[in-house]
Amino acid sequence: MSRISPTLSALESEGRKALIPFITAGDPDLTDTVPLMHVLVEAGADIIELGVPFSDPMADGPTIQRASERALLKKVSLRQVIASVADFRKTNTTTPVVLMGYANPIEAMGVDAFVAAAAAAGVDGALVVDYPPEESVDFAKAVRAAGLDVIFLLAPTSTDHRIKAVGEIGSGYIYYVSLKGVTGAGNIDLPEVARRIPLIREAVGLPVGVGFGVRDGASARALAAVADAVVIGSRIIEEIENSGPDDMLARVKALLGGIRQAMDSAEVAA
Amino acid sequence: MGKQDLPAEVSASAYNLPDALGHFGPYGGTFVAETLIAALDELRDTYDALKDDPAFRAEFEYELKHYVGRPSPIFHARRLSEHAGGAQIYLKREDLNHTGAHKINNVIGQAMVAKHMGKPRVIAETGAGQHGVATATIAARLGMDCVVYMGSEDVKRQAANVYRMKLLGATVVPVECGSRTLKDALNEAMRDWVTNVADTFYIIGTVAGPHPYPMMVRDFQSVIGEECKWQMPEMIDRQPDAVIACVGGGSNAMGIFYPYIPYPNVRLIGVEAAGRGLASGMHSASLCAGRPGVLHGNRTYLLQDENGQIIETHSVSAGLDYPGVGPEHAWLKDTGRAEYVAIDDEEALAAFHRLCRTEGIIPALESSHAIAYALKMAADMPKDAALLVNLSGRGDKDMHTVAEKSGIQF
Repeated sequence: MSRISPTLSALESEGRKALIPFITAGDPDLTDTVPLMHVLVEAGADIIELGVPFSDPMADGPTIQRASERALLKKVSLRQVIASVADFRKTNTTTPVVLMGYANPIEAMGVDAFVAAAAAAGVDGALVVDYPPEESVDFAKAVRAAGLDVIFLLAPTSTDHRIKAVGEIGSGYIYYVSLKGVTGAGNIDLPEVARRIPLIREAVGLPVGVGFGVRDGASARALAAVADAVVIGSRIIEEIENSGPDDMLARVKALLGGIRQAMDSAEVAA
Repeated sequence: MGKQDLPAEVSASAYNLPDALGHFGPYGGTFVAETLIAALDELRDTYDALKDDPAFRAEFEYELKHYVGRPSPIFHARRLSEHAGGAQIYLKREDLNHTGAHKINNVIGQAMVAKHMGKPRVIAETGAGQHGVATATIAARLGMDCVVYMGSEDVKRQAANVYRMKLLGATVVPVECGSRTLKDALNEAMRDWVTNVADTFYIIGTVAGPHPYPMMVRDFQSVIGEECKWQMPEMIDRQPDAVIACVGGGSNAMGIFYPYIPYPNVRLIGVEAAGRGLASGMHSASLCAGRPGVLHGNRTYLLQDENGQIIETHSVSAGLDYPGVGPEHAWLKDTGRAEYVAIDDEEALAAFHRLCRTEGIIPALESSHAIAYALKMAADMPKDAALLVNLSGRGDKDMHTVAEKSGIQF
């Protein structure tokens, strides 16, 4: 069964917000992925989004594209990413892991084979960027039948009708894309986010995480004030890019730890 | 226009695809991130309202007639047919259109939709540069800002077309990610669109992408086949035995096939690029050698590895160098209504030279694939059989490639 809802409920009862870091599996090397996941947890991650590399990441900005390209140079496959989660689970049985990626690697493996392997490895949910609700009814059924969550994106442009459609087949949490554009871009329209999130939460009945554009402690803290969870991706990948094999884990831990602290201090202040 | 009355039983077709969500059987659809859905919904609603609007139709037809030079003629290639020694080969001369290819038909239609939606900026992806040139042309004609995304490898290979686009006032952005070719240019154009959706219209060049693009591009290109339907009876008193067109993304093929779908006696044959041979793995034949998957917003046949990663394609013709294909072709293949074959680089080049020498027509390398297959097929058919080939573009852009293959440098 998915660990996502119990994790988010526990945080809510403590009055804390979830921190959800994203890394691309296999970047810079598959052997780095499990150590990075453990370091993210040590730095305060509540859920990990693990990116599955794809040759044509249409919704991603340059930073995550580069991470995908680095992983694909080493031929990292969906099966290997799932195996990494199984490896992570040998010592961590509590932190939820969501696989995030594109439809084609899943369809190439076969939806049933994917769901069975992911469930067996201890994956908790799947977020398929190019599966909007109208194209993923069967996929969502298969994933949820295995006890895992199907996480959907919502955008500032999503209509009430679409929000309702997502509420009907989504589970776990909603990933609200806080700006127009691709991952890693531009500035967040905070008042707009603050206005939309309560409406979405009420319509969907799920916690709402916000991502796309979180750069530092200040932006994370601002979002944590209005959302249930904060997702941070491109900034972590930049840290991985700019570090060497000796200091990568320490630098990622310091970065995420700082963001965790900034988020938690906001809660104390509130 | 000399249009003949068509028998009612072939005008009314039972074929009514795509469905409301853009599906052609299991293919097509809207496989995009949520951030693009609102823009696609807006486009679909606008196009639905415009497509049967008499004023819009009239303006489109006016532009096709006076700016593009339509209808394009059909030419009986007698000496080419004699060389093949069998069926008569007829060429639909899309190469005579303004800008030298069929691409302009679709671009005019989409630019008119953009204008109607009040979008002052258009973007496009291009491989060989033909769609980019067509888009830059219409942007200049309508006074719109134009940005064309082109893989940096293609920018190097197609320097003349890059310059043409710049002359027309477009900005050409070299794309440095992925394999630096057409598919990556498409990814980058999608990223531009999702970022600038309020003032930007994305003009897709082929019958691929998310709904409504495959349908909309097909509709605009179907002027090709609609003309053939009255032109062929004028020439031979009947429709052809087969219609043959090259298939990369598949827009020129869809444009000539679509009006013929209800004619069961007309075979529809799509010709893919076999590159260095299907067995070599160095080709662009997604229908002949690929398998279904999801890319660029639709489900269709794709060239992909065992892990679902899209693989690099090869063809002497840059316009066929694409790892996917329009979803309606995928459906026509599965249902058997159309047949798909492949012609390799050497066969296409031989057909290119043959048409130059027998008819005084220099075809695009893309169209040369269709001609090559027509030559093969004609040889085994009686002399009164008729093959209609879509000569989708002219070959001026390919001078460097052909010269290089012949060991000549300018």
